Amino acid sequence: MTEVRLTKPWCELDDAAIAALPGQLGVFEIGDAEGGTLELGFAGGRSRFGLRSAIAEAAAKHERAARFRYEVNMQYWSRFEELLAVYLGDHGELPPGNADRGDRRVGRLGVGRIAAPGR
Amino acid sequence: MDFELSTEQKLILETVRRFVREEIVPLEADLDPDASELPPAHRERLVAMTKELGFYGLDIPEEYGGPGIDLVTRTLMAFEMAQHRAGLYAPCYGVFGGAGLAQLYEADDDQKERYLFPVLRGEKRGFFALTEPSGGSDPARAIRTTAVRDGDDWIIDGEKTFISGADKADFGIVFARTDPKLGRKGITCFLVDTDMPGFRVRRIIHTLRSTHYAAELEFNRVRVPGKNVLGEVNQGFAIANDRLSRNRIPYAAGCVGVALKAQEMAIAYAKARKTFGDYLSTRQAVQWMIVDNEIDLRTARALTLEAAARADAGKPFRTEAAICKLVASEGASRVVDRAMQIHGGYGMTKDLPLERWYRELRIRRVGEGPNEIQRLIVARDIIGGSFH
Repeated sequence: MTEVRLTKPWCELDDAAIAALPGQLGVFEIGDAEGGTLELGFAGGRSRFGLRSAIAEAAAKHERAARFRYEVNMQYWSRFEELLAVYLGDHGELPPGNADRGDRRVGRLGVGRIAAPGR
Repeated sequence: MDFELSTEQKLILETVRRFVREEIVPLEADLDPDASELPPAHRERLVAMTKELGFYGLDIPEEYGGPGIDLVTRTLMAFEMAQHRAGLYAPCYGVFGGAGLAQLYEADDDQKERYLFPVLRGEKRGFFALTEPSGGSDPARAIRTTAVRDGDDWIIDGEKTFISGADKADFGIVFARTDPKLGRKGITCFLVDTDMPGFRVRRIIHTLRSTHYAAELEFNRVRVPGKNVLGEVNQGFAIANDRLSRNRIPYAAGCVGVALKAQEMAIAYAKARKTFGDYLSTRQAVQWMIVDNEIDLRTARALTLEAAARADAGKPFRTEAAICKLVASEGASRVVDRAMQIHGGYGMTKDLPLERWYRELRIRRVGEGPNEIQRLIVARDIIGGSFH
């Protein structure tokens, strides 16, 4: 069973690290230097070079982006929704890069450090 | 059985077909291949269109504001509405509206005010929780979740699994054992709010369907007021059973729909792709695959319509619903598999919808009761007796 939270090691954000990323589908997290999460995302079937291009594009949106981590996963949509739900439970709000969800709900998971009902 | 379409049915189907091809399919070019939702602006625009057409809330009973279209016509529409990438599990991305949870139409007036009408207005979402870790195919025996009376309330303890939509829902229809001595006659149906203390969505269950996951639920001394019993105490299994039979017809129709589209794609590709100097469509090996597809398709289509016609006529349809569910899910799986074979390498890619249908159809042979259970139902109905 996959860990509910993303537990892969963080990588420093630089061109060499991005170039070394796999072209596969999966989920990722973009972080700042202070340990905060800026965005959770996924590399889906329309991404040009899978995680490599999806992480590069997401990181480019955040001036404070300093590191990232990822997980190769064919069930990228449901894994992404799970990561959002867990983050919301832990922090009571979504990462800044995910704040605009329109009217789409984020799920509510009770997996431990649940802080607030997520809607 | 005569399935000659009326003029009105032809008009309806032509409208739905054009809607799918002109409004839905073009949007999918920009969506993720596994997407099951439209961007909100497109969704609102298309919902307004289906309301304008008089097709919104197709499965809602007429007395609650539904358009009053018979099940045969709705089944024919479902064949059309499934003919796009997300069509099996998210036909037209839900812009034709849903019926909510059918069991709520059996609720009392107070429950309708608190649950049914908010669902129909799009203000609340519910889930249906029957299956447990101890089994889903034989719920009457497998249910271990208990509800014990405590004054005017009930205390629910237990767990459920493979429950869709629970993590985003406001309430659930939950089945619990209220009398362990009575077997299937000792099960009661409860309306459980997801903010009731003791309710927890324990984890997401990832499956072949990337976008639409299930969840595992925990009920830890959840106190539910007596006014939240749906139907009669100890009569919950009948509510569950009715829903299971009724759902098998649209479930089969979705399978038929994607198989129709896969066959259309297979024929078009076979007529366009050349190997060794001639078109695939001239090769007997490919012709036979297309013929076998057609046989599977016509069989599933006819049996699904037969079940719908019996339901429309008020005749028993449990046997027909079971047969159409298993024939359509197995036949459509074969059709999509052959269509992928005809497309060769492209058939395996996310460029085409075939790979998504292939994954999702595999679930259809298990969902809404595994096909082995459908065979068991048919056996019981035609041979008689009870199977233990």
